[in-house]
Amino acid sequence: MNKREKEQYLREYAISKSRGKPFFPYAVTKDAVMACVVMAVIISASLLFGAELGSKANPTTTTYVPRPEWYFFFLFELLRVIKPPSLVGLATIGVPTLGMILLFLLPFYDRSPERRPERRPIATLTGIFVIGAMAYLTYQGANAGTPTALSLAPPAPVKAAGGETLANFEAGRLAVAQSGCLSCHKIGDNGNNGPGPELTHIASRIPRQAIARTLVNPTAPMPSFRRLPPKKFNNIVEFLSALK
Amino acid sequence: MARRPKLPTPPVPSSLRPAPPRPGEGNGKVRPVDHAAEAGTAVVDWVDERTSLSGAGRWLMFRKVPKGTNWFYTLGSATLFAFLSQAVTGVFLAMYYKPDPSGGAYESIRHVTNEVFLGQFVRGMHKWGSSVMVILVFLHMGRTFFFGAYKYPRELNWVIGVVLLILTMVMSFTGYLLPFDQRAYWATIVGVNINGTGPLIGPYLSDFLRAGPEFGATTLSRFYAIHMLLVPGAIVALIGAHLYLVTKLGTTAPPWQKVQVDEELRKAQA
Ligand code: HEC
Ligand code: HEM
Repeated sequence: MNKREKEQYLREYAISKSRGKPFFPYAVTKDAVMACVVMAVIISASLLFGAELGSKANPTTTTYVPRPEWYFFFLFELLRVIKPPSLVGLATIGVPTLGMILLFLLPFYDRSPERRPERRPIATLTGIFVIGAMAYLTYQGANAGTPTALSLAPPAPVKAAGGETLANFEAGRLAVAQSGCLSCHKIGDNGNNGPGPELTHIASRIPRQAIARTLVNPTAPMPSFRRLPPKKFNNIVEFLSALK
Repeated sequence: MARRPKLPTPPVPSSLRPAPPRPGEGNGKVRPVDHAAEAGTAVVDWVDERTSLSGAGRWLMFRKVPKGTNWFYTLGSATLFAFLSQAVTGVFLAMYYKPDPSGGAYESIRHVTNEVFLGQFVRGMHKWGSSVMVILVFLHMGRTFFFGAYKYPRELNWVIGVVLLILTMVMSFTGYLLPFDQRAYWATIVGVNINGTGPLIGPYLSDFLRAGPEFGATTLSRFYAIHMLLVPGAIVALIGAHLYLVTKLGTTAPPWQKVQVDEELRKAQA
């Protein structure tokens, strides 16, 4: 907006304001009605849904659902959409940071004097697109459950070995299923494809020590599983290194 | 004497408005109601004599809002109201909460939920109120975006608004850990890890949040302090600045209103 446009805006605004109505009681009445609606919604949500409390936090058992509050789902879903590990940093904070900067600077790069949404098609369409994308990602996030069961037939060598090897494999299968790995990894037909890589054939990609190292000292956002009881930890490593 | 603005009549049907006394009725008789009204005026006068606030109050309440101001303009004050509700319910929760990661935190929330009178209700209000507030902030931001309300001269108010949006999300993120159940614990670990992948300040930010390189005993009290003191204080201050600018600049007229003004201007100029 140049100087002339600014002055014109202020002039027109002064006119429309002078034709307006006093804040009290007109605007105040609407605000008060809205406040009652907000209060009614909060109270009925509390009465209807209450406030649940899960089991106590425990760093050593991980029957957990690493799920944020629903309005962060879209951020978490970004991780699934932008997959390659080299881009994970971009997805997690890069896109949100960029979004924040664009949001902050909005009044400084959109300088046209036009205010009617239908005459600012770029701004309006971008706004609608962003809302649509966020709604879609939130919906996806809400539907991506965290499976706590993992069905996978033991590979032929394990089956052939039988005995303790097979038992360890089964114990590892259970431990992985209960440790929330499936919320980020796909194994066979189970789990979410992302943000972590698929683990169905993990052992053919990295050796056993590397798997154990990943579990102790992972790259973000994967949490560290160093505090698992050693037996469970070993079962998991055993299980994964059988997945050729 | 300066001309006083005429007080607008409240929008109540005429049958409900107090009727002026008929001639000869109540003459000279002082009813208790009159005494009460007199006392009220005296108190207001006393305060005003010392603060001179009535001028500001009068200006604040009777300043004009542009023609066409509609329901979309209530979203800001609705957000404010949701925030106040969070503040009040939060104070009650804080009366019971113990930021103790070795079991006290979980135990205190369990106590509030199961044993304290109306405890679960208040906790539910705080929990669902956070969702309501987030939704309202986004709706209010959408309104100001689509109405072009961030343009001259309200750019600064938009910038303050974006900070408020971020702080609202920070409130929600830090509050999520406080019950210290499994979901809170593991979701927060993953969340802080995600923060750590951010550019430049990412790793420092997550070290700050965790109070160290690892999720430890002080992490919970750090989240508690951020959630209870730091961010709410910042939000209150920024809402103050936001509302100062709103009243000083006035709220926008709906963008479609402009055309009418244009035409009337043209007529006036012709
Ligand atoms: C919050 C999501 C998340 C959870 C939960 C998670 N991971 Fe990961 N995991 C990741 C991501 C992301 C990567 C990729 C990191 C990288 O790029 O180095 C990864 C990498 C791995 C790798 C290395 C894969 C490779 O190809 O190098 C292994 C093995 C692994 N995870 C196993 C597990 C196991 C076992 C569990 C459960 C006990 C688990 N993960 C839980 C997100 C997760
Ligand atoms: C805690 C959160 C917030 C509160 C309590 C709040 C409160 C308010 C109130 C009461 C108004 C008066 C008019 C109206 O309701 O529209 C207003 C106006 C405004 N707000 Fe906010 N707001 C918040 C967050 C935001 C955010 C996130 C943005 C955008 C990024 C924003 C940008 C604006 C702008 C540009 C105006 C001027 C609108 C106009 O003049 O038409 N606010 N705010």
